[in-house]
Amino acid sequence: MIHQTSVLVLLICLGIFVVVGGLLFYAVVRYRRRTDDDDTTEPPQVYGSTAIELAWTVPPILIVVVLALATARTVGEIQSPKFAADPLQVRIVGHRFWWELHYPKYNIVTANEIHVPVSYLSTPRPIELTLASADVAHGFWVPELNGKQWLVPDKETKWWIQPTSLGIYLGNCTVLCGYQHANMLIRVVVEPPEEFEKWVARQQQPPNPDASTEAGHKAFESNSCGSCHTIDGTNSQGIFGPNLTHFMSRQTLGAGVAPNDDANLKSWLHDPQVLKPGCLMPDMKLDQTQFDEILAYLKTLN
Amino acid sequence: MPNGTTITESGTELQPARPGEERGTATGWLQDLVFTVDHKKLGMLYVGTGLFFFVLAGIMALLIRAQLAFPNGHVTSPQEFNSLITMHGTVMIFWVAMPIVFGMINYLVPLMIGARDMAFPRLNAFSFWLTFFSGFFLFLSFVAGPGLYGASGAPDAGWFAIAPLTSSAFSKGPSIDYWSLSVLISGIGSVTGGINIMVTIICFRTRGMTLHRMPLFVWLSLVTMFLVVVFLPPLSAAQIMLTLERFLGATFFDAQAGGSAILWQHFFWIFGHPEVYILVLPAFAVISEVVPVFSRKPIFGYPMMVAATVLIGFISAGVWAHHMFTVGLNSFGVTFFAMATLAISVPTGIKMFNWLATMYGGKIRLELPMIFAIAFLFQFLIAGLTGIMLGVAPFDWQLNDSYFVIAHFHYVIVGGILYGIFGFLYYWYPKAFGRMLDKKLGLWHFWLFTIGFHLTFDPQHFAGVLGMPRRIYTYHPGRGWELWNLISTIGAFFQAAGTICLVVNLLWSARKGKIAGDDPWDAWTLEWATTSPPPDYNFETLPEVRSRRPLWDLKHPEDPDWKFE
Repeated sequence: MIHQTSVLVLLICLGIFVVVGGLLFYAVVRYRRRTDDDDTTEPPQVYGSTAIELAWTVPPILIVVVLALATARTVGEIQSPKFAADPLQVRIVGHRFWWELHYPKYNIVTANEIHVPVSYLSTPRPIELTLASADVAHGFWVPELNGKQWLVPDKETKWWIQPTSLGIYLGNCTVLCGYQHANMLIRVVVEPPEEFEKWVARQQQPPNPDASTEAGHKAFESNSCGSCHTIDGTNSQGIFGPNLTHFMSRQTLGAGVAPNDDANLKSWLHDPQVLKPGCLMPDMKLDQTQFDEILAYLKTLN
Repeated sequence: MPNGTTITESGTELQPARPGEERGTATGWLQDLVFTVDHKKLGMLYVGTGLFFFVLAGIMALLIRAQLAFPNGHVTSPQEFNSLITMHGTVMIFWVAMPIVFGMINYLVPLMIGARDMAFPRLNAFSFWLTFFSGFFLFLSFVAGPGLYGASGAPDAGWFAIAPLTSSAFSKGPSIDYWSLSVLISGIGSVTGGINIMVTIICFRTRGMTLHRMPLFVWLSLVTMFLVVVFLPPLSAAQIMLTLERFLGATFFDAQAGGSAILWQHFFWIFGHPEVYILVLPAFAVISEVVPVFSRKPIFGYPMMVAATVLIGFISAGVWAHHMFTVGLNSFGVTFFAMATLAISVPTGIKMFNWLATMYGGKIRLELPMIFAIAFLFQFLIAGLTGIMLGVAPFDWQLNDSYFVIAHFHYVIVGGILYGIFGFLYYWYPKAFGRMLDKKLGLWHFWLFTIGFHLTFDPQHFAGVLGMPRRIYTYHPGRGWELWNLISTIGAFFQAAGTICLVVNLLWSARKGKIAGDDPWDAWTLEWATTSPPPDYNFETLPEVRSRRPLWDLKHPEDPDWKFE
């Protein structure tokens, strides 16, 4: 819908550009002073013409009316959509500088990577987004899926997407929210419905307690990691940082600042300020033993 | 000339009297600048201040572009980048565009209406010095902002300082206070200046200059100053609220305590959008003087031009929320503000047609002011059209807060307003200094700057459509933004080269330029009836006016305008 309206607007503006730009070009070329012009006389002094001026006021008014009607219609269609099916609800809470994601229906809490099922013509799967902010204003924008909507601390806002082809769609925070505004990235993973169901099932599992990483679990809690991060089924229930229950299932870390691979994870754990200077997670100053233990523990969180 | 000038009978040229020259010493000159209440000297001080800050804020823009030239740039840190974008935007609007606009109007309006000075000359000086010192106060934040604890630097919350990022919880240290207090002080200077200019225009016109004989420049100045007086106070109010919030724990913008963060945006944009017209109407004013003189025809449809200006002034009061289409307004609000925004394009379009009709059938002299005016018309056309696109709310949902918006408003402010200011400099510099600006250097300035302008801002439209959000200090490769950003950065350095040509020209021509004479452009408004530069008292005897083009009447007694008006 945005696409159709945009094409209409672009065509109208292109038309105006060609006509007015052409008139300007013509006037400059045709009426510029030539070297052989007689400099002593002035051109005929024309002061105006009410008839002509009224005549050229009409087309702009007509264009404005057309655009206003198209706008009103599209605004209504997008802001009050009639979903073809019961939409999947996703609640998105903006934080400095990451995205908290809730799937109330599945009781899933995750971060930064939005998994959604693809929508086919026969089986539409609209997704309704409820947007809120935990601190300052943020903006949710995945350009290929829909326009943008702010996340403001005042109230919840509604938005929706309905992706019709598979793939990973990238987006950004669009409202300056602090030093790492640039690396507050969104990934929308659009999957076939069965893949999505698998993802849901996996996210709903609590993490596997693994005796070999028990030391890491202890170190995680003794270093206050749990004050900010949640890991389901443990004492770590912090809400200031991303939920880490299925941390290893995510493709990136630091809200998209780097791929979630071994080297980056080590760098992040040593000092998050290296990959993402200005993010709110401090350098925890872990010693080597704690570092190794926590690293091993984090790698089991899939 | 019967309307009284200091041209001597024998036609000998009086050497230009520069500020303080009669005293002959540097301290005397400086003292004269500081103590002056002369509208012309204050006007030049305003413009000079604006150009000084233009160079500083331009250097910031170069740093920003250098950082974004390649993905994962390391020219600045994230904090420095946020400070740079905030300072660049704030300084360019409040200490470049505003002082130059006030300088233009200050210098020209009393001359054009045949007055000896402004209505309140001392208030005029007061307004200027508030603007001047508040600018330095803002720059002080670079050294004083860190405070004792190094908590902050220069302001870094963006030039429109979206609440609640500006609250003391999220912006520690005094950086935001420098921002809000300096803008508050400059706002007081602007409002007092605005009142002064309105009173001058309404009460100080010379004999015979009725409202419908005022030059369009004066009409547009009047509407501009009306907008200043009405729409700057909401911003000042918001600055005071913000300061109360940061120092005394008021909670106007704190949603958790029952305030509203969106309230800040309403306050800011109810100032912010008319501000665009405060800046662009004076550029229109310059174009409305330059185009007729260099086309050798009177402005086409003067009454319509005045009516369109007044209409723009009124409609501009009702469009502010188009900056807020994406913050979650309801459908009625979105549609209303989209329609108002589209409606404002009608009077703007009328102006465009009238300028074109003025050129049509004329003998266009392609002197420097006219070259910049033609570029203005072309670039402002594009800026207006991308404005219409953004006015269509669904399009805006896609492209608001993206580089498309950056490209759009730089097209308005650089391609439009700044080109108007350039036109102003080339057109009236001979009046102020008695010497012409060098044409060759001026052409270098024009071509370098214009090529640079298009290289910088045309690609940003595409980067925006490809999803690049504004105000990011870095980006990952692979999203199709690299090429556009690189071209954009190259263009910025072209603009810098053009600006150097301008600055050299302004300084060099003041001493070495060709002597201009009183009326180098064969123009028609009153300021060209006095000497260049004009004496302190402007006119020996106050002229009497019988039409919109008093000098045309003098030069063409056989075919005077007043027979047709």
